[in-house]
Amino acid sequence: MNSIKFLFAAYIATWIIHGTYLGTLVRRFSRLKKELDELGESHRSANQ
Amino acid sequence: MTEAPVSLWSVTAATLKKDIRLEWRSKDALNSMLFFSLLVVVIFSFSFDPLAEESRLIVGGLVWVAFLFAAVVALNQTWARELRNQVLDAYRVSPAPANALFLAKVLGNFIFVIVLEALMTPLFIIFYNLHVLGPVWQLIPIAFLGTWALVVNGTFFAAMSLRTRNRELMLPLLLFPISIPAVLGMVAGTTAVLTGDNPAHFYIVLLLTYDVVFTTAYLGLFETILHAE
Amino acid sequence: MKRGFLILSVLTGLLLVYASYQALEVAPTERTMGDVQRIFYYHVPSAWTAFLLFFINFVASIQYLARTKPSAQTATKWIFIAIGVAGAVASFLPPVQQQLTSLGMRPSALATTALMLPVFYLLLGKWFPGEKLDILAVTSAEVGVVFCTVVLVTGPLWARPVWGIWWAPGDIRLTSTLVLWLIYVSYLLLRRFSNSAQTQMLAAALAVSGALDVPLVYFSIWFFRTQHPQPVIGGNGSIDPRMLHILLLNWLAFLCFASLVCWSRFRLEVLKREVEEAYAMESLGEPVAVAPSMPLKRGTR
Repeated sequence: MNSIKFLFAAYIATWIIHGTYLGTLVRRFSRLKKELDELGESHRSANQ
Repeated sequence: MTEAPVSLWSVTAATLKKDIRLEWRSKDALNSMLFFSLLVVVIFSFSFDPLAEESRLIVGGLVWVAFLFAAVVALNQTWARELRNQVLDAYRVSPAPANALFLAKVLGNFIFVIVLEALMTPLFIIFYNLHVLGPVWQLIPIAFLGTWALVVNGTFFAAMSLRTRNRELMLPLLLFPISIPAVLGMVAGTTAVLTGDNPAHFYIVLLLTYDVVFTTAYLGLFETILHAE
Repeated sequence: MKRGFLILSVLTGLLLVYASYQALEVAPTERTMGDVQRIFYYHVPSAWTAFLLFFINFVASIQYLARTKPSAQTATKWIFIAIGVAGAVASFLPPVQQQLTSLGMRPSALATTALMLPVFYLLLGKWFPGEKLDILAVTSAEVGVVFCTVVLVTGPLWARPVWGIWWAPGDIRLTSTLVLWLIYVSYLLLRRFSNSAQTQMLAAALAVSGALDVPLVYFSIWFFRTQHPQPVIGGNGSIDPRMLHILLLNWLAFLCFASLVCWSRFRLEVLKREVEEAYAMESLGEPVAVAPSMPLKRGTR
């Protein structure tokens, strides 16, 4: 039954890999959205 | 005004002669390559007993690792020289075909690495007490085709890495994955000849195919690379 | 569009749960390998998905390279059509059929795969015009690397308990996958570290070189193994039909998941380019368009 450990390790590892990647996507998204908003803000304040 | 010939071969020959002359005067690349290879040979000679039969199995890999890293040393400075004084820009606006420049660089690097290999071979034989059990002549096509594979890939990727932030790091990163079939051919072929256990014919054919495919592909793609800002 | 994404996410989630349950509980236990063999239901679909994504990257890269020269465009289009038709016809020729049956493949499978090549080429060209080709290229490369990583992690985890070794350098499939992973990681690194205005062209050239390399990798390792016999990790050919059923189910689930991830990555890349454009406009003193100028929905013009 030792080999079952490998089965669970494989399934868990798969989702850790996918989860980590999705996490980086979310982080990059929020950072870009913030930048875009800041750019809009700075331009609006510069024009006033 | 007489029209100077701008054929592929004349430009290639002129560029090649220039590179060889420059290298011959400074011997920068050759010296660093030699020193590096010597270092690898000596360090690895401590790692196994040269009298053992097993040593013949490992030497093939070692030899090519040494040559591969030494070739990277040469390749790294291949285009660097052209960047100074805007020589590369001059090439881009000249009517000379881009392929001529590429071929000249590949041939130049090829000659340098072959010279290195010729100089290092006696050292390998001495340090590892090499005694070739298979047909020795087969090592020549393996060396030539293998070196061409490394050099044609290396020159192309060196041009590609010119505009990257860590140029020297980028070259091996791009070069090694794509060269894997060629490296397998070189290492396995050399080992086959050294041990005499297996025929090396397929590896020679593999290397030849690899060289033909990639040289053709790069001749087609090089113009795109040359004109990258 | 946002709602479509949400619906697809929920469906995919359910599909994945169902497929995993099938893999872990319902599928019959393999005779020789035991329950560890169930890794196969994650390992193989991930591999097929990764290869599909890399193939999409290859087609997108070629089209991107050719898009500035109409002559190159028509040439590559006809080459793809020729390969598709030739492959489809050839798979039904007697000598080829014999080879295929000895490998356990059906001629119709090879014919369909061959026909997929021009179909993909034409569809991708239509749905992703111009710059979108490049966005598709980077998306498929990145997501492909993620799936490929899963393959390379689950492979040794399966190999160790069953065949006793983590890795066999002469194992064709695992080693070819490793080389493909290395090539695409180098592709992503080139994209990240390149300062050139033509980064996209350079990356496309690298992708094409990589694609040319893959068959050579396969053959070099194939010959290497004939001289140095190694264990075949992953077993040979035939599958129990019940297992095949569950395998395909898992592949469907992972394909849906991959589409979602690609969709997200695609939108991210579009947003990134908008921000870059906004920076460029700002430095020129132009008004910054905060509303997206490019439609975010994938596949529309």
